[in-house]
Amino acid sequence: MQGRDLSLNNILFNRSVQGIFYQIVTLALVILAVIYIVDNTARNMVARGLASGFEFLGVEAQFDIQMTLIEYSPTSTYFDSFIVGLLNTLLVAGLGIFVATIVGFTIGIARLSSNWLIAKLAEAYIEVLRNLPLLLQIFFWYFAVLRALPKPKQSLELFDSFFLNNRGLFIPDPIFGEGGTLILYSFIAAIIISIGIAVWSRQRQNKTGQTFPVFSSSVGLIILFVFLSLFATGFPVTFDYPELKGFNFKGGIKLIPELVALTFALSMYTASFIAEVVRAGIQAVSLGQTEAARSLGLNQGQILRLVIIPQALRVIVPPLTNQYLNLTKNSSLAAAIAYPDLVLVFAGTALMQTGQAIEIIGMVMGVYLLLSLLTSIIMNLFNRFMRVAER
Amino acid sequence: MNTEIKNNTEVMKPPIASIGLVGWLRKNLFSSVSNTILTLIGIYLLYSIIPPFISWAFIDANFVGTTKQECSKDGACWIFIKENLKLIFYGLYPSEELWRINTMYFILLICGIYILIPNLKYKGWVGSFLLILFPILSVVMFSGGMGLETVETRLWGGLFLTLVIAGVGIVLSLPIGVMLALGRRSKLPVVSLLSTIFIEIWRGVPLITVLFMASNMFPLFMPEGVNFDKLIRALIGVMFFSAAYLAEVVRGGLQAMPKGQYEAAQATGLSYWRMMGLVILPQSLKMVIPAIIGSFIAIFKDTTLVLVIGLFDFLGIIQFVGTNPEWLGFSHEGYVFAAVIFWIFCFSMSRYSQRLEKKLDTGR
Repeated sequence: MQGRDLSLNNILFNRSVQGIFYQIVTLALVILAVIYIVDNTARNMVARGLASGFEFLGVEAQFDIQMTLIEYSPTSTYFDSFIVGLLNTLLVAGLGIFVATIVGFTIGIARLSSNWLIAKLAEAYIEVLRNLPLLLQIFFWYFAVLRALPKPKQSLELFDSFFLNNRGLFIPDPIFGEGGTLILYSFIAAIIISIGIAVWSRQRQNKTGQTFPVFSSSVGLIILFVFLSLFATGFPVTFDYPELKGFNFKGGIKLIPELVALTFALSMYTASFIAEVVRAGIQAVSLGQTEAARSLGLNQGQILRLVIIPQALRVIVPPLTNQYLNLTKNSSLAAAIAYPDLVLVFAGTALMQTGQAIEIIGMVMGVYLLLSLLTSIIMNLFNRFMRVAER
Repeated sequence: MNTEIKNNTEVMKPPIASIGLVGWLRKNLFSSVSNTILTLIGIYLLYSIIPPFISWAFIDANFVGTTKQECSKDGACWIFIKENLKLIFYGLYPSEELWRINTMYFILLICGIYILIPNLKYKGWVGSFLLILFPILSVVMFSGGMGLETVETRLWGGLFLTLVIAGVGIVLSLPIGVMLALGRRSKLPVVSLLSTIFIEIWRGVPLITVLFMASNMFPLFMPEGVNFDKLIRALIGVMFFSAAYLAEVVRGGLQAMPKGQYEAAQATGLSYWRMMGLVILPQSLKMVIPAIIGSFIAIFKDTTLVLVIGLFDFLGIIQFVGTNPEWLGFSHEGYVFAAVIFWIFCFSMSRYSQRLEKKLDTGR
């Protein structure tokens, strides 16, 4: 054995020594850049007389917000305005995801329809909407459609209870009177019993091979329970209908036009991406799977439920959650039509009033980062759960 | 035997209802009751959208004239677009300097066509010219200097500004994206961790917050006295944002390379940078060209967001022109025009990338 060669050359060209050297240099550069920025910022803030820290969150905000889901007034604090903005963002994201999923799945399945016209229409929808900027679509829905709607007196109406006009969308507000909780309880009870039936039927099928119509019996059970409790309590649910009083509607739930336009634009735009995801997912399940399932004697419903959908979902769900995340991030475009979301309320109005750019933009970015992080954690769990069991 | 059968049977034609147009209609549109209903719904949809749109946009539309009064109420008023065309395409850029933009458009067009024509020589040189010399030339031409009159960036606008932002977004962010992707794949833990954090932070937040940050926070980061103009701040924001997305695209290409390529490159004694520059990157970048075009489309659409920090890009200027009291009430025409232009750009790019994907997919 020769002794290790410790000559200078050998040390200089040693891979791991080089690696450590590069890392130290990178780290040093990054730290220097951070120090430079922090130092500059501190000087600038002193020079401009800007405050720092999060004390401003407890200060009175002194501005009003057009739409709030919680109690809020100009005397509330900046932290309250943050929460209001956050809730509004989550509201429009939730509504958008709900609508986009339904529309996206419909269009995606229509794209694969054997009907030529329907397939082409779905394709046209996808190609038009995903090649137009979202902001343009939001402007279109807000300025060209909703603002151009008739005045409250000439509202478009449906069943005398839904009204659409340039002040927004008005829908009935359900009010639960006495005994309303009983309906809720019976609904929950029906669901618990249905779960019990599902477990029992699975066990019985494992033992004897006999199947039981779990789905239809559960639906029947839930409807039966809810109706029985409605009868027992004497229909305690009433609706507060919106009514035209003077120049505007009173009562019911009012959805402001900004919310309606944003929900529309976000969900229509995202639906075009979801449709492609769905199509790819369904096409990823090979035809052989359907044929194999059919030759096992499964009927059409069983083939879909037991063979196609579980395999398609494995392909669909990861990009689908990605689209949901995109929709949530895109909801920040609300700022352009003044829907009071997190960005408009907090990174807009609050930032302008306090001037504390770093804290405020940090908080807003933090919220979105947290959402992305949560989504990717859930996705990883899902992937682990759905992983194909390999032999 | 065979001949006997041939002679004795007449060849029967397929039933009239299963061939030709009728057969096609039966098979594709009216194969069952539910299919027929769907077809009828589809026809009704087309009928209620297309004829009214065509009569609004073409038949009843007004093309001739110079003022709003010459427009009739029932059709589109394209005079609005015509009269504001200079504003929509170039913003407030001085009229006598427009040749500078047009020259650069022309050079871009020539180079673009040269690259798109298959089987020509020196494409690499033209490509490098577009990626390296052209941007430098553009800066001089657009903003002035070297004998040209200075044009402040606040005068830039319209489609021109959209193309500038999207172009900068892709040209400057590509090298940064490649470095970040290499960093994330690096075996050195510090480098890989820093790259990952950088990429994930930019990818995790919406572009609007990045733009807000660029316009509100960048001035604080710089030493006193250094003041960037608004456009450059927005460009830096867009650059980092799209670099993070491109980094993930490039990383996909790096991961798709078979391990044998790395091993072979190492076995021939290449250093890390030579291995990457001569063997891995040329192959993996070629593989992800379609995906890079995809991110370019995304950036192109996202440039519309700069209007929230007060820059007037293509959509921003259309929105702005629509609020001009002289031309109130023509937002529909503006949006339709913007939609058509954006759609042509995005759709042709996406079709091109699909074609490229097929061409590059040589199979293994």
